[in-house]
Amino acid sequence: MNDQSKNNEENARSFSSWLGALWRAVAVPLAAVLLAILIGAILLAISGANPFRAYAALIEGSFGSMKAFGRTLAKATPLIFSGLSVAFAFKAGLFNIGAQGQLLFGALASAVAGFMLKGLPPFLHVTVAVLAGAIAGALFGAIPGVLKAYTGASEVITTIMLNYVAINITDYIADGPLKDSAGGNIVARTPEILDSARIPSIGEIPVGFFLAIIVSIIVWFTLWRTTTGFEIRTVGLSPHAAKYAGMRVAFTVILTMIISGFLAGMGGSIESLGIVGRYQPGFNTGLGFDGITIALLGKTHPFGIIPAAILIGAMKAGASTMQFNAGVAKEITDVIQALMLFFVTADLIIRKLLRTREEDGEKIILSGWGQQ
Amino acid sequence: MTEENLALEIRHVTKRFPGVLANDDVSFTLRKGEIHALLGENGAGKTTLMNVVYGLYTQDEGEFLIDNNVVEINGPSDAINYGIGMVHQHFMLVPVFSVTENMILGSEVTKGTSLDLRRARREILEISEAHGLEVDPDAIVENIPVGVQQRVEILKALYRKANILVLDEPTAVLTPQEAEDLFRVMRALTEKGVSIIFITHKLKEVLNVADRITVMRRGKVVGHTSPHETDQKGLAAMMVGREVLLEVKKAPAKPGDVVLEVANLTIEGERGLEVVKDISFEVRAGEILGIAGVQGNGQTELVEAITGLRSIDAGEIVLMGKKVPFENPRYLVENGMGHVPEDRHKHGLVLPYNLADNFVLCTYYQKPFAGQMLMRNHQAVFENAVGLIKRFDVRAPGADVPASTLSGGNQQKVIVGREFSRPLKVLVANQPTRGLDVGSIEYIHKEIVKMRDEGVGVVVISAEIDEILSLADRIAIMYRGKIVTTVDAKDATREQLGLWMAGVQPEAA
Repeated sequence: MNDQSKNNEENARSFSSWLGALWRAVAVPLAAVLLAILIGAILLAISGANPFRAYAALIEGSFGSMKAFGRTLAKATPLIFSGLSVAFAFKAGLFNIGAQGQLLFGALASAVAGFMLKGLPPFLHVTVAVLAGAIAGALFGAIPGVLKAYTGASEVITTIMLNYVAINITDYIADGPLKDSAGGNIVARTPEILDSARIPSIGEIPVGFFLAIIVSIIVWFTLWRTTTGFEIRTVGLSPHAAKYAGMRVAFTVILTMIISGFLAGMGGSIESLGIVGRYQPGFNTGLGFDGITIALLGKTHPFGIIPAAILIGAMKAGASTMQFNAGVAKEITDVIQALMLFFVTADLIIRKLLRTREEDGEKIILSGWGQQ
Repeated sequence: MTEENLALEIRHVTKRFPGVLANDDVSFTLRKGEIHALLGENGAGKTTLMNVVYGLYTQDEGEFLIDNNVVEINGPSDAINYGIGMVHQHFMLVPVFSVTENMILGSEVTKGTSLDLRRARREILEISEAHGLEVDPDAIVENIPVGVQQRVEILKALYRKANILVLDEPTAVLTPQEAEDLFRVMRALTEKGVSIIFITHKLKEVLNVADRITVMRRGKVVGHTSPHETDQKGLAAMMVGREVLLEVKKAPAKPGDVVLEVANLTIEGERGLEVVKDISFEVRAGEILGIAGVQGNGQTELVEAITGLRSIDAGEIVLMGKKVPFENPRYLVENGMGHVPEDRHKHGLVLPYNLADNFVLCTYYQKPFAGQMLMRNHQAVFENAVGLIKRFDVRAPGADVPASTLSGGNQQKVIVGREFSRPLKVLVANQPTRGLDVGSIEYIHKEIVKMRDEGVGVVVISAEIDEILSLADRIAIMYRGKIVTTVDAKDATREQLGLWMAGVQPEAA
């Protein structure tokens, strides 16, 4: 056998093993989505609706026209960011439940930069405003990072609690010091951002979506192509080995939370500058929490998060059309989303159905406690 | 063969994993009431075979007979129903539960809706008395010694009415005394009619305790023998497939300058007790200092302090004439210290990472593995791995397989390859061959001696007297956090070292 054909064979083998790995990664989320849709259909049927009509309306409302598609992408954009935020922290072994709070601060800071900074050219104004939001998210994300690194406080607990802090502080600011006073407004919201701070759309496609794609690629690159990403992943997989290898574990934990908060803050920023046009409490509700669903559905991989966010975005975008055309309460989409999360986390059920075993059978055997 | 009184017969079992033939047409018989040793190097397929028997894997070909009837085993619960009990290398106990609670886990005795712990406790005492396996049923598992935990595992199997017992590397975690206890228990069990499959790679133990021996190599059975037909050398040759040097060949050491100095080191443990008390020693270039001691006498903490994994409470460490900053492994990596850690899964490797990444775990940020702007150079990382896999004879399908898929011996070779290929001045190897097979031990010992001969100052910490005796030029004995004495290896005897390790004070010379 000459070198050429050997090489070809090797390439073919590595390609097929790559395909196999891809299938193993995609199989469970895909099955979870299908199963959730199926059960959703049963629930629709039970409640007396026609599931085919309901789903057809859902698809029409999310992909049926350019306008619908644009709406789907607009809904998906902040979800990509919050999904990336959760997934990024996950790579360092951190469960950032606080993407919601970080996102709120990001949304508020961008909105403030959007109406307060005057006389900037549009591109610069948008850049500054987005950065303001991202940095606000990063600073708020740093708090649980520092607490974890220096006191060992579980980030799950601190981020959950800090979400309430964020909700109340942002509510207060929007209803107090920075309340919109235009035209005798009584609603809790900040003044409208200047046109120069507005993130436009190209046709029906919001520019923020492209930004989300670019950021996903940067996140992927950081995690898998840089030494910092190597440190983050090592800390996530084995903090002991990371210490042994001379990595600064505490620093890495804080850095990861800062970047995670940065990503969440950016999601809030795009929402304020591209969709809402100001900060208004209630408009960003749940975007950060959806990030958890999306991160898990996307297998915490940046390129898995994009389709996951589009899927959830489509359900949000099409829900109204479904309600209108098929007479189905739009909350059914929340039920389906919850079912997806359920099946993806309870992936043992799916694995049983698909009959795929855990990739390394060793796990079953080595899970004795002596191994920690 | 049916005249024979067989407890278990394995016929032509084949088990494939992607890219590996783990068991290749393996046949094996277990007579009633015998101890049958299954001997082989790590990765030879012993554990796989037993996991197939226990129903954790399904065989691709072949069948099992229990009491001469063909049976299907589709999971551990089937295996348990057929009277097969398995004690894994790593115990499956809940540390915060009592012995009784652990014992009944999965087959709880109930009275109405609540647990009948009292009845369970009584039954456990009966079984443990009947088999001479003493345990305190009320003790909390995390508080009892490893040897007793193992006894709990065995009792657990007996409690589930096992009459075929599979012990997977049972002595790997035991002290020599605990191992003797275990052998006594094993013999007592066979007298009660229990049949035992004893998986191991330790030759002495096999000759000591087994009735029959089956040797496996690379997934195949390569021979059957018995203790009175063979000796250690013969078994080792069968296992490895060639003659093996059981003793390390080495020239007398030529010690040079002091490369590592530990002065008045004191470390407080978790509960404020001093686990290392005022220890001082030095290591010269080109010598091997062996630190002997029964596990748990402060060696782990001492090594962690020297290698930067733990802070200290008093004293100092000097590497190449410079005081070492504490808890700074990176400084040590950059100043010529290599560390083969005690726990290769916890510290030594990132198991889900491929070999290439594991080979650069400590140097990933240095040239050529990283370039401008924190960018990793994957090509350099892979080339490095391919070279080291070849140089250190790591048996792996490629540089891109996860470290978790390798056998223990090959995992250790990855660590040794990573550490030894750096420019070293000092090498600290803690239990470098624990849990490894003869072939790997021979190889790693040879490499350590080679490092010494190249002028590296080596510290070897081991609980195995034989390892210390065959490697070290000087021997320090640790007992209760102190170095009891330091002797020249030429003057040391096994018996004397054993006494010192057990706490007998050396006579004032």
